[in-house]
Amino acid sequence: MTTAADTSLDRSVMPPSERRTLLGWMRRNLFSDLLNSALTVVAAAVVFLVALLLLRWALTTAQWGVIPANFNLIMRGQYPAEEAWRLWLALYLLGGVIGLMWRLISGKFSTAALIVFLIPLALREVPLFSWMTRFHLLVVAGAGAGAFYLGAYLPIQRSVRAAVYVLLGYLVVMLVILRGYSGDAGPMPTVTTILWGGLLLSLLLAFFGITLSFPLGVALALGRQSKLPAIRIISVTYIEFIRGVPLISLLFMGQVMLQLFLPDGFPLVDRVLRALVAIILFSAAYTAENVRGGLQSISRGQYEAAQALGLSTYRTTMHIILPQALRAVIPVLVGQFISLFKDTTLVALVGLFDLLGIARTITANPDWLGTQQEVFVVVALLFWIFSYTMSYASRRIEQRLGVGER
Amino acid sequence: MSENATSEEIIICQDVCKWFGEFQALKDCSLRVRAQEVVVIIGPSGSGKSTFIRCINRLEEHQAGDIIVDGIPLTRDVRNIEQIRSETGMVFQQFNLFPHLTVLENITLAPIQVRKMHKDEAHETAMALLNRVGIPEQADKHPGQLSGGQQQRVAIARSLAMSPKIMLFDEPTSALDPEMIKEVLDVMQELAETGMTMLVVTHEMGFAREVADRIVFMDAGEIMEVGTPEHFFTNAQHERTKLFLSQIL
Ligand SMILES: Nc1ncnc2c1ncn2[C@@H]1O[C@H](COP(=O)(O)OP(=O)(O)O)[C@@H](O)[C@H]1O
Ligand SMILES: [Mg+2]
Repeated sequence: MTTAADTSLDRSVMPPSERRTLLGWMRRNLFSDLLNSALTVVAAAVVFLVALLLLRWALTTAQWGVIPANFNLIMRGQYPAEEAWRLWLALYLLGGVIGLMWRLISGKFSTAALIVFLIPLALREVPLFSWMTRFHLLVVAGAGAGAFYLGAYLPIQRSVRAAVYVLLGYLVVMLVILRGYSGDAGPMPTVTTILWGGLLLSLLLAFFGITLSFPLGVALALGRQSKLPAIRIISVTYIEFIRGVPLISLLFMGQVMLQLFLPDGFPLVDRVLRALVAIILFSAAYTAENVRGGLQSISRGQYEAAQALGLSTYRTTMHIILPQALRAVIPVLVGQFISLFKDTTLVALVGLFDLLGIARTITANPDWLGTQQEVFVVVALLFWIFSYTMSYASRRIEQRLGVGER
Repeated sequence: MSENATSEEIIICQDVCKWFGEFQALKDCSLRVRAQEVVVIIGPSGSGKSTFIRCINRLEEHQAGDIIVDGIPLTRDVRNIEQIRSETGMVFQQFNLFPHLTVLENITLAPIQVRKMHKDEAHETAMALLNRVGIPEQADKHPGQLSGGQQQRVAIARSLAMSPKIMLFDEPTSALDPEMIKEVLDVMQELAETGMTMLVVTHEMGFAREVADRIVFMDAGEIMEVGTPEHFFTNAQHERTKLFLSQIL
C-alpha cells in the first residue's frame, strides 16, 4: 500500500520529461512557426557569409607577418628590451598576489580558481611565443599556485580587507619595478613612463584607473548623500561637471592645463600620469552615480536597525550600507569599468602609445603599409579578450554573492 | 532593596510633542515606565504609537517636552543619544535584519563594533541567545533563508546581544503569518518574565492581557488612557477606548 502510494506521489512530483535532443531544441526555438523559420534561415545565411568572407581574408589575403615582427611593440611599446625582465618580474608577483588574494578571500580552490590558474598555462600554447616567454608564463602560474598554498600558512587572518592591503602593496611595488629607482645605471635604471606603451600601457591605465577611481567615486556618492551641505554641494558640483564633459577634453586639459592648478615651480608631472589623473577624475564621477543607485536601493529600515543598535554613522556605512549597495551595482560597475578600459584608447589622441597608439604607428610605418586590417583586428581581439574576461568574472561574482541574499 | 529597584522610573516622558511639518503626530504625551515593567501601547492605526516609541531612542526627534532614559536626558548631544541607544533595543515590524550577513554575524556585529567585545565572546553570547530564542541551528544561514517568525526571533536576539536595559517593540508580529505569531510572543513573554523593561506596540490583546503590567491607549497623537489590563477590559473610561476595544476584541 505505502509503496504504491509513494511511487505514484514520486511520479506526480517529477516534471514532465523535456526532450533534450538538438533537433527538438531547434524545432522549439528556431523553427516554431513560419516567420521564425524564415528569420532563422536569413540570419544563418548572413552569419555564414560574413564568416566565410572573414575566414577567406584571414587565410589568404591577410599578411600576418606584421604581427610577429612588431610583437614587442604591441606588447610593451618602447619599453627597453634589456629591461623587459622587470615586466616579467611584475607578472610573477601578480601571479603570486592573485593566488594569495584568492586564499584570503575565498580560501577554496574552486573551478574558477582553476580557470584563472590555467590562463598563463594556456597562453603558453600561443604559437608566436618564444621558449623564454613560455618559461616565464610557467613561473607566473607557479607563483600563483605557490602563493595560494603557502598563503594558508601565513599568520594573516582571512578577510577581504587583508586582500585589499595585499593588492595596494602590490600596486606600489609594481610601480617601483616598472619605473625603476636607481637613476641611469644601477640594478633598476629608470624607464620614463613615456616609453611605456602597447598592451602594457593600456592595461596599466585601466588597472590604476579602476582601482584609484573606485574609492574616490564611492566617497563622492556618499558625499552626495551627506547631511553637511558643503560636502553635498562639492560632490554634486564635481559629479555634474565631469559628467557634462567628454573624456577627451579632460585628457587635453590634463596635458595643457594641469600646470595651472599646481604651485609655481612644481616639477612637470609626466604625461602618462596626467592622462591617468584625467581618467581617474572622469571615471570617479560615473562610479559615484552608479554607487548612488545602489545606495538608494537600501531601505530606511536598514539605517534604523543599525542606529537602534548604537552603530555610528561611519560603522553603519561600512558594515551595513556599502556592502549591500555595492553588491547591488556590481554589474553596472563592471560595465563601467569595461567602458573605461576601452576609453583608455583616447590617450592615443594626446600622443601616448597605448595599444591603439602603437597600432597607428605600426600602420604608418612604410615597411608595413597596407597592413591596417591585420593590426586593427588583432588590437580589437586583444581588447575583446580582456573585456570579455571582466564581464565573465563579474557574472561569476554575482552568482556567488547572490547566494542566500534576501 | 528590590522594591526600590523596581520602583525606579527608567523611562520618563513629559509633555512630548512631535510634528511632521504642519501635522502634529504627538500631543503632550506623558508616560513614566518603571524598571522591569511591561507596558503595552494600543490604538488605531496612525494614532502615533510608532512615533512615540521611536522618539525614545531618537529614531524620531521630538520637538517639545522631555525624555529621560535611565537618567540620561535625550538631547541633541550625540553622546547621550548613543548611550541611550546602546541601552535600548528595538524590534521592528519588518525585522530589518541585515540580509548580507549571516544570522550569527547579524547578532555579533554590534557587540563587536560598539561594545568592542572579543569575537569569540561575541560568538558565545550569540549562540546562547539563539538557543534562548530556539533556533541555534540557523546560525550560519542568511536571513532570507528563514521564515518570518524565525527572522523576528533573530531580530530579538540581535537586540538582546547588546544587553539592553529596555526593549522597544513596534508591532513585532504584524508582518507574520498567523501560525508564526505565537513563537515570537512566547519569546517576548519569556523575556518579560526575566524582568526586562518592555514597551510594546501590538494588537495582540491576549498578550496584553497576560503579560502587560499596564496598557496605554493612544488616539490621534494623544495618550487617552493608561491602566492595568483588568481596568481596560472591565471598565475603560473613555468612549473612544471602549469603541476601539469593541472593534478589536
Ligand atoms: N516620516 C513621517 N512623515 C510624515 N508623517 C508621518 C511620518 N511618520 C508618521 N507620520 C504620520 O504620523 C502619524 C502617526 O504615525 P505612526 O506613529 O506611524 O502611527 P501608528 O504607529 O500608531 O500607526 C500618522 O498620521 C502618520 O501619517
Ligand atoms: Mg506603527
